[in-house]
Amino acid sequence: MVKSGDPQAVAIYEEYNKSVMTAFPQLSNEDIDNILAYTDYTPPAPAIPAVVATTAASGTDDTTSTLLLGVLVLVLVVLVVMLFLVTQTLRKIAIANGIEVETSKPKRKPLWKVYINNSFLVFSTVLFLLFSSAYFAYGYMMQVGIDQGYMPVQPIHYSHKIHSGANEIECKYCHSSARVSKHSGIPSLNVCMNCHMNIAEYNGEEDLEKGYTKEFYTNEIKKLYKAVGWDEDNQRYTGETQPVKWVRIHNLPDFVYFNHAQHVDVAGIDCQKCHGPVEEMEIMYQHSPLTMGWCIDCHRESNVDLENNEYYEKVHAELSKKYGVEKLTVAQMGGLECGKCHY
Amino acid sequence: MANHKKYWKSTAELDSNNAFVEDLKGREFVEKLPEDVFLGNKQAMNDSKTNRRDFLKFVGFSTAAASLAACEGPVHKSIPYVVQPEEIRPGISNYYATTVADGFDLASILVKTREGRPIKIENNPDNPINCSANARVQASVLSLYDKLRLKGPNRSGTPVSWTTLLEQSRQQLDKLQFEGAQVVLLTQSFASPSTYDLINQLLTRYSNIKHITYDAVSYSHALDAFEKAYGERVLPTYDFSKAETIVSLDADFIGDWQGGRHSADYVKTRVPLKKNGKAKMSTHFQFEANMTLSGAAADKRVPMSAAQQKQVLAALYSELTNSQASGDQTIQKWAKVAAKYLRKSGKKGVVITGLPSVEAQRIALAINQELGSIVIDTQHTTTIRQGSANQLTQLVDDLNSGLVQGIITVGVNPVYTLANGDQFAAGLDKVKFSLSFSMNNDETASKAQWVAATPHYLESWGDVEFKTNYFGLTQPTIRPLFDTKQFQDVLLSWLEKDTNYRDELRTYWEQNILNGESWNKALHDGFHVHEKPIKKKNYSDSVSDALDTLASSEQDGYSLQLYTKTGLGDGQQANNPWLQELPDPITRMTWDNYLTVSKYDAEIIGLWNETQSDGALNGGFAKITVGSSSLTVPVLIQPGQANGTFGLAFGYGRQAGMKSEMQTGVNAYKLYNNFSTVQPVVIEAIGGTHEFACTQLQNTLMGREDIVKETTLEIFNTKDRNYFNAVPVVSKNHIETLVTSPEVDIWDQFDRSVGHHFNLSIDLNACTGCGACVVACHAENNVPVVGKREIRKSRDMHWLRIDRYYSSQETFEGDNDTVNEISGLGESLTTFSSLEEPSANPQVTFQPIMCQHCNHAPCETVCPVAATSHGRQGQNHMAYNRCVGTRYCANNCPYKVRRFNWFLYNNNDEFDFHMNNDLGRMVLNPDVVVRSRGVMEKCSLCIQMTQKTILDAKLEGRQIKDGDWQCACSKACSNGAITFGDINDKTSRVAKSLESDRMYHLLESVGTKPNVQYQVKVRNTETS
Repeated sequence: MVKSGDPQAVAIYEEYNKSVMTAFPQLSNEDIDNILAYTDYTPPAPAIPAVVATTAASGTDDTTSTLLLGVLVLVLVVLVVMLFLVTQTLRKIAIANGIEVETSKPKRKPLWKVYINNSFLVFSTVLFLLFSSAYFAYGYMMQVGIDQGYMPVQPIHYSHKIHSGANEIECKYCHSSARVSKHSGIPSLNVCMNCHMNIAEYNGEEDLEKGYTKEFYTNEIKKLYKAVGWDEDNQRYTGETQPVKWVRIHNLPDFVYFNHAQHVDVAGIDCQKCHGPVEEMEIMYQHSPLTMGWCIDCHRESNVDLENNEYYEKVHAELSKKYGVEKLTVAQMGGLECGKCHY
Repeated sequence: MANHKKYWKSTAELDSNNAFVEDLKGREFVEKLPEDVFLGNKQAMNDSKTNRRDFLKFVGFSTAAASLAACEGPVHKSIPYVVQPEEIRPGISNYYATTVADGFDLASILVKTREGRPIKIENNPDNPINCSANARVQASVLSLYDKLRLKGPNRSGTPVSWTTLLEQSRQQLDKLQFEGAQVVLLTQSFASPSTYDLINQLLTRYSNIKHITYDAVSYSHALDAFEKAYGERVLPTYDFSKAETIVSLDADFIGDWQGGRHSADYVKTRVPLKKNGKAKMSTHFQFEANMTLSGAAADKRVPMSAAQQKQVLAALYSELTNSQASGDQTIQKWAKVAAKYLRKSGKKGVVITGLPSVEAQRIALAINQELGSIVIDTQHTTTIRQGSANQLTQLVDDLNSGLVQGIITVGVNPVYTLANGDQFAAGLDKVKFSLSFSMNNDETASKAQWVAATPHYLESWGDVEFKTNYFGLTQPTIRPLFDTKQFQDVLLSWLEKDTNYRDELRTYWEQNILNGESWNKALHDGFHVHEKPIKKKNYSDSVSDALDTLASSEQDGYSLQLYTKTGLGDGQQANNPWLQELPDPITRMTWDNYLTVSKYDAEIIGLWNETQSDGALNGGFAKITVGSSSLTVPVLIQPGQANGTFGLAFGYGRQAGMKSEMQTGVNAYKLYNNFSTVQPVVIEAIGGTHEFACTQLQNTLMGREDIVKETTLEIFNTKDRNYFNAVPVVSKNHIETLVTSPEVDIWDQFDRSVGHHFNLSIDLNACTGCGACVVACHAENNVPVVGKREIRKSRDMHWLRIDRYYSSQETFEGDNDTVNEISGLGESLTTFSSLEEPSANPQVTFQPIMCQHCNHAPCETVCPVAATSHGRQGQNHMAYNRCVGTRYCANNCPYKVRRFNWFLYNNNDEFDFHMNNDLGRMVLNPDVVVRSRGVMEKCSLCIQMTQKTILDAKLEGRQIKDGDWQCACSKACSNGAITFGDINDKTSRVAKSLESDRMYHLLESVGTKPNVQYQVKVRNTETS
């Protein structure tokens, strides 16, 4: 068309620095028509009314049961009042007729007095209470500061389930510094844009019950565009950025040194070992307790991966001779020493 | 045992009548617990409204409240980059080579940055000439984060925009040029070829501008002398590694003399390495008035006044040229001794002088010429000091007479640093146009009409010529924190050039310096050597007139000797808390300057020092008068101070743009008349008491005098190890057994032969006490600054301290018999004191002390919560989060190296230093935790650095080489006094030094088996 001198074609040709569009000779005209038809197709709107109906039905169920309960309680109260009135009337009649009603029963020691007088019982109960409350208090105290299951709401609803699960993107593609640094690093937005430059809307599976519709996800992608300053219409960066303030989920105290690279790269541990089934997490949460005991347990059990690492050669030979074992655990390599993590 | 010297730390210790000192010696803790104050007072106890029950209630409530408050964790935000720069990876440090040249200090350095923040300064090991960072350069990274820096340009205190400033200033310059009024551009010594090129362009454009260079601490005399002798107004350079005999007259070349940086070369000749069973050392004579670092290192230090030194110099010249030393007997004696050694060394001898006298400088040059010295390099010269005393004197007059109508100051603070700063300030008020380029709102900037806020050197571009043909580049390591502009960029704007300084610098380098080599390589390396032929400078001077002047110099009355201290130097960085708290190597004083006097003079004048019962030092005041100005300064009696002379340090007493805590000391520049460091002075004692914050008499040695071991070169060469460095023995079943033997050990040995086993080796011969390691340790380990008040209570937090011991050589021989007769500690304490009179000229030993990482650590066994434990690699670990603050460990430590956090030193208004504001906290090392109140801390052998080395090796799958192991202190020490490494690697330097004859451990008899080795100090004392 350029050669034929079409003015519009020439203008486009000039605008894009004289680069020619890919011709796709493998596509027949029919194919092209199909593609056009596919892109023009609008999926039918999901059956939202049905959902509304079910919620309404369950609502009425609830009201009936509450009503029933209320009626029952009322009947009981009426019965109690009636009984009370009956006894009172009977008593009045009896007094009027001069019949003495025996009020006092034969004297028996009340149970609590028996209990109080038995010092052994008191002692054992107190002991029991003390121990059990100490047990619960300890349990409560020990979970202070442990945020296992912490699942904060993030400024952009980023689904690991879609990225890591459905699309099978390797963890370290985005968290690349986990390979080299102590931090796994939250990917910078330009990493997101590597893909999302071309993926502007969501077309995958939906979870309608939780409201995760395609619009919902597409809207989240728009949030990314806003943050990174991407002008979708003109396909260019505006330069107006709004850095995303993610809420940090895994918080180690300042006095602990943890190095991702050592675990991910040197030891070759899967991310999932500590972070759990991330590929199934719609919303990211803290899978492990991240307590010192949890770290230590693993260091006691895990063997050091010595394959093809010149650093370990000499140490391993000497240490395995010393301990008389074939494989060394992290603990045997000195992985339980305070100073290895606390400095 | 060869060494029965008595070591002492202050003159008070030698005074047997001083009850306080005796008292202190008998006690392990300087402070008495104040229980009597409240327990003794029955009345107060009964009246107290808070009874025991209330107290328990409060405790109970606060515990419950605290634990409830702790239940909810804070929400942390993580904000990643929008576009992450390629070279930045969170958690990984980047290093950039750059150069600092602030007009006083010059160093070629590597800057460690984390996530874009410079956090530490390190030496650039690749630079072929020694330009290592001293304590001030190490600390300069903190000055970048100074909260009181100027945030932007202003006019008389009102913020203006750069556009306004640039336009208006150019209009002013144009107007003044039109009027034909003179404008002076007063700058620091830049030594920057590209900046001088720009200044010259400016001078061509504005013919009315005159450029004057100004050094706060002037080297005008040396420059003038060199100009007279060699025809060029520059300074020669020196290579002390070639020296065999060094004769220094008042030149503190290990300190700041001619820009410093000489110590690493000097130390190369001072470490005795045995070749064919015999070790050699250079011989170093130091004639000086104040006790300096060079005097401390010298083999023979002769305290004498400047006038006497001049006579010695004259006599030395006469002796060397025609064997006719003039002057009185002492002068002749020393001249002859020095001449003997100089003759023997021939061209390996050198004479240097810092005397403020053109004649003395000329004679020194003449002697070096006579010797044919190869130590001095008169061809590769340096322009790092160019200031001219005469021009400055003229300028102040011209300002006041109205001859100069405009003034621009760059990187200088003459209102503070000039003796007649008041007149300069008055002159500033009279001119039509005044503009100050400054980083802080200092004395000059606050007086100028316009102030241009300049960036810190870590935010700037620049270049410097270290010496002829050796160049360095300065590059920014962080984007400017504030709205600042470099002087060079402003110059370009005045020249109406549409470029920035970076491009201009590159163009200049490519055209003039790089000689076709890569700019990127030069920028990466931080330096460039361009070996082009030098125009030969020939010596032509006749010194007979100078000789007469010197020989006849006499001193009437007292003289004041002004000097620069290791901490503050010329005072540019006075607002830097690290430097304020760095103990002076000689006096161990922090947060102050003071008048140093000899004990002899102090008694005559009535000046005094007194040690309080808590170990704190007090001093009287002296009124010192030089000409018409006088100052009231606190007094410190300094052993080794020449009688009749008094020392006072520059750099203190700054007020403008300073935090109130930092406004310490008095301004000695007020006495710096005619740019002469020697001034006739009148001294009188006046009343009042000054409270010093001195780390001197605190933590006494309890009579364990074998902590410092030293010997002489002669003994070292002729006797075996058991003579000069015997391992202590103990009696087991009446058999003398070495304390190192497992037989007498109450602990089992742990097998450390597998893996790494770290050792630190400290060579007492190589340590000059410069303090760079102390500041580096602060920067690396987030060591807090505690302030003057706390230091006075001996609550300093330095993980690494450099102890300074005096010893008296004169009583060395005769004492041995007496010492041998002493039995028991009690007697030794009293007898030692009576043995010696306070020596007028003590020898000095520096001993860096940090945690000794004992294999059988006394601290570990007493910790009730196992917060401190031993690692397999030899380090003594400290888990801060486990520590409950019982301080048992500190009490049980024989080396007193553990430091307790008495307070919360960060985010606390009571300690308003860098850790109390967001800007200052940017300097913190993110790999090391900031300790909280109530925990013990101490040297960790920089475990974060060794771990990093190991982790990197694991990542890369390789073995670790010896040089890879480093600590902050070993990295900072350019003298090689501190070596760190793995002794299980038998080829490593520390493994070899462990086998050395000179190796010993501190307090070996205690049986702690430390992992820090010391090398016996060997003195070359055959001179005496």
